[in-house]
Amino acid sequence: MIFLRHKILKCLVVPLVILMAGCATTLPIEHILDLSANQLKLRSIQTRAFDTSDKEKMMRSVMATLQDLDFVVNKGDSELGILTATKFVGNQILKMTVIVRSKNDKQLLVRANAQFGIKSVDIPEPYQDFFDALSKAVFLTAQNVD
Amino acid sequence: MSPDSLKNREVESRQFDTKNELQVLSATANVFQDIGFTITEIDNDLGLIIGSKERDATVPGQIAMAAFVDLLAAAGGSSSNMMAMTDSVQSVLASCVTKLNLEGNKIVVRVTFQRVIFNQMQQVSRLESIEDPKIYQGFFEKLSKSIFLEANKI
Repeated sequence: MIFLRHKILKCLVVPLVILMAGCATTLPIEHILDLSANQLKLRSIQTRAFDTSDKEKMMRSVMATLQDLDFVVNKGDSELGILTATKFVGNQILKMTVIVRSKNDKQLLVRANAQFGIKSVDIPEPYQDFFDALSKAVFLTAQNVD
Repeated sequence: MSPDSLKNREVESRQFDTKNELQVLSATANVFQDIGFTITEIDNDLGLIIGSKERDATVPGQIAMAAFVDLLAAAGGSSSNMMAMTDSVQSVLASCVTKLNLEGNKIVVRVTFQRVIFNQMQQVSRLESIEDPKIYQGFFEKLSKSIFLEANKI
């Protein structure tokens, strides 16, 4: 009887130890530079083209839009076309980076990246809302990019 | 956009009767320094200026309460370290954006404040946007004085 109990215990403990060992090795430091699964899809969700070549004005509009959405602008560089802004939602940080660069002589590309807490925002809706607000601010239509 | 967005915009913005954006930016930099902020970022092409400051965030009442709880725990034979959870330092960030208004005859200044509060263990205890209209009013009063001084080269 005691032997049987010992065996049952062994059956439970061994898989548990293996499971725990499995957990311990999943710290994904070697994966931090991996591309996420739907990289191209994500890029199209996060990017829009606008029919203007005025980069500075576009960046100013992006700042105004971010402020309207209750963000605080943390960093900006007009030469590189980069803006970073944060917003506190509860006790989490919503962080957004917007990059403005020229696509050709007549068009600008605007790409936005958002991170909420420790997760990247991959769903289209928040970006759609952001670009809707932005296109109202610049009086131009945000065009999808392939 | 949240329902408060428009209200926030009103609280956080003021128009100034000048077209000289550089002058407004430099006046803002002066106000930042007047109220103890160090300037961390400035871009005059974008009309952007960002400053920050770190200050004491200890609240005597909170410390007394934590000490009391720790004492009670000690008396009851268990350990508690509420003291470590009390607020210690706050880091305040101010971000200011200037632009010409739609008519093109005035400069609009919009400023936003955020603060992060750390506890004694240097962990983030709270994150908040500062929404108290009085803070903004005080800032803009100083700014309009500063713009006046700047315009008169004082």
